[in-house]
Amino acid sequence: MNTLACIKRVPETGAKIVLTDDNQAIDTTSLGFTISPHEECGVEEAVQLAEETGGTATVLTLGSPEADEQLRTGIAMGADEAIHLETDGEQWGPRATASAIAEGIEAADESFDLLFFGNESADQENYQVGVRVAHTLGLPIVTGIKNVEIDGDTVVAEREISGGTEVFELPIPAVLTVKEGLNSPRYPSMRSKMQARRAEVATATPERSEANDVEMIELETPERDDSPAEVLGEGPEAAEDVVAVLEELEVI
Amino acid sequence: MVLVLIEHDDGAAIDTTLEAATIARDVAAQEDEPLEAVGFGTVPGDVADELGEYGVDTVFAVTHDGLTDYAPVAWAKSVRELIDDREPSAVIAPGTDRGGETFAHLGAIADLPLAANVIEVDVGGDEGYELTRQRWGGSLLEDARIDAEPNLLTIVPHEVTAEPATEAGEATLESYTPELADEDFIVQVDRREESDTEGVPIDQARVVVGGGRGVGSAEDFDQLEELADLLNGAVGSSRAAVNEGWRPHDDQIGQTGNKIAPELYIPAGISGAVQHWVGCKGSENVLAINTDPEAAIIGKADYAVIADLHEVVPEINRILKEKHR
Ligand SMILES: Cc1cc2nc3c(=O)[nH]c(=O)nc-3n(C[C@H](O)[C@H](O)[C@H](O)COP(=O)(O)OP(=O)(O)OC[C@H]3O[C@@H](n4cnc5c(N)ncnc54)[C@H](O)[C@@H]3O)c2cc1C
Ligand SMILES: Nc1ncnc2c1ncn2[C@@H]1O[C@H](COP(=O)(O)O)[C@@H](O)[C@H]1O
Repeated sequence: MNTLACIKRVPETGAKIVLTDDNQAIDTTSLGFTISPHEECGVEEAVQLAEETGGTATVLTLGSPEADEQLRTGIAMGADEAIHLETDGEQWGPRATASAIAEGIEAADESFDLLFFGNESADQENYQVGVRVAHTLGLPIVTGIKNVEIDGDTVVAEREISGGTEVFELPIPAVLTVKEGLNSPRYPSMRSKMQARRAEVATATPERSEANDVEMIELETPERDDSPAEVLGEGPEAAEDVVAVLEELEVI
Repeated sequence: MVLVLIEHDDGAAIDTTLEAATIARDVAAQEDEPLEAVGFGTVPGDVADELGEYGVDTVFAVTHDGLTDYAPVAWAKSVRELIDDREPSAVIAPGTDRGGETFAHLGAIADLPLAANVIEVDVGGDEGYELTRQRWGGSLLEDARIDAEPNLLTIVPHEVTAEPATEAGEATLESYTPELADEDFIVQVDRREESDTEGVPIDQARVVVGGGRGVGSAEDFDQLEELADLLNGAVGSSRAAVNEGWRPHDDQIGQTGNKIAPELYIPAGISGAVQHWVGCKGSENVLAINTDPEAAIIGKADYAVIADLHEVVPEINRILKEKHR
């Protein structure tokens, strides 16, 4: 079984998000980059399924030349192939992103049995790229999945609902968008990281689709109550004061 | 007309539906147009009455022989057909698993843009709607524009307050049968399974005690478990503690975990990264325990204790047990 996981390079923001002066992006000068936890689980699932069935796992990203770093993380996690749809790093809307990814998938050497996306991207949260790609490719899709089993030509996918799960059965090939908790993604070893540096990445430069899309005007950070906490005390002696607060808040 | 997708359960509209209806009514008022709703299966009269109070004129209840359970493509195609019939200027859904999934399909099928995670809409002038949407779990806002016929929007759950209309009206219920094909049911809920987890669910607990990397080990969570027990609460954790293998992912609070809103949240050994904070910012009170007075969580909390959690938590437990006696 050949699998694919779509991943997106996003900044690793700390305690506070700082914007660039023009409010068009997050100021990333002092930040590292990563991929969303949902997508990490997508990569892990893609790699496990390929390993179990003797197929290949491919990671794909659309993004700046620097997004190469995230593809190599995917390779270090066990992906066999990588596809980089290179852009100038500008933010693309969800429709442009989806159409470029669908084209990239159609142009790939491999054909894929299961395609994994994150339920939502960490930075934009459009909740739609995977679904749009599935429609372009004519494949069935289900979103928000936290458990995947293969049963012959069927993929059994579970989604959490209040008090339990609801179960979907899709014919393979299919697309799944997944959530963190699906599995425990592996930490790549030093050796696999070194090997990933030398791996080959297939690169293409897609045209940005002109389809009518949601258009960003600018970003803003929400207002926050910045009044400092009331410090109850230091060390174990503070326990009495904590209990007093618990009583005041009527939680005991 | 403005159309809102509704979800109902046990004879009542769910909260997120009423939140979406509140925004949809505002959009309809700005457009000076009526508000209509679409739901699936048998929509009970009580739900129509409730929606009437929220300003909805007509509720279309979609029924179809093939629609035995939730099926995203069938739902999307039904709404698409209704759009063709009724020509709304905006179609709005709660950003729930189902609302969000259905609208992603609708955007793809109808070849329309979709703005997800919306919290505010300004219908504006000729250049489409100006809206505010949440990103990064709500730690960042985006002002954006959408200009299509109709504009598709999903509303972030639990951010806007559901408010009935000032003048309550009555909604008429109409049944609606779309034309659907077998292939629209390829993806449909096959069955449901109950979970076997015990105790108070973390998203319903009055008190949540959270543990992070500062807890140090799976065993050391015992002290937090004890505190949670004494307060009739639940234990949660940061992603770091899950990654360490100390807690299951079900316990995780944050952008890619649970969103909690208890009366009191006690993060212990958690630094307060934005992706954690967005999962607990709905808490009424936050009491942080951390060795580092500079930790971000201290700046965000209402109360703070600067201490080693391994020292102060057992002490709190001891006093609470004494009081219990
Ligand atoms: C896209 C994305 C999504 C994410 N989603 C989530 C999410 O859903 N939930 C989440 O939690 N994180 C999430 N993260 C990770 C997040 O950015 C942080 O890495 C994580 O929250 C850090 O966990 P922590 O606070 O336990 O660990 P640390 O940041 O390492 O903090 C440990 C804290 O413990 C304190 N401490 C140490 N020892 C003691 C002691 N003995 N007593 C008291 N205090 C002590 C330290 O002073 C420090 O403040 C996400 C990240 C990304 C990029
Ligand atoms: N630029 C991108 N490159 C690769 N995958 C992407 C990109 N943008 C979105 N995706 C995938 O689509 C999912 C949903 O994104 P979104 O619709 O933006 O919430 C993400 O979790 C990724 O798996």
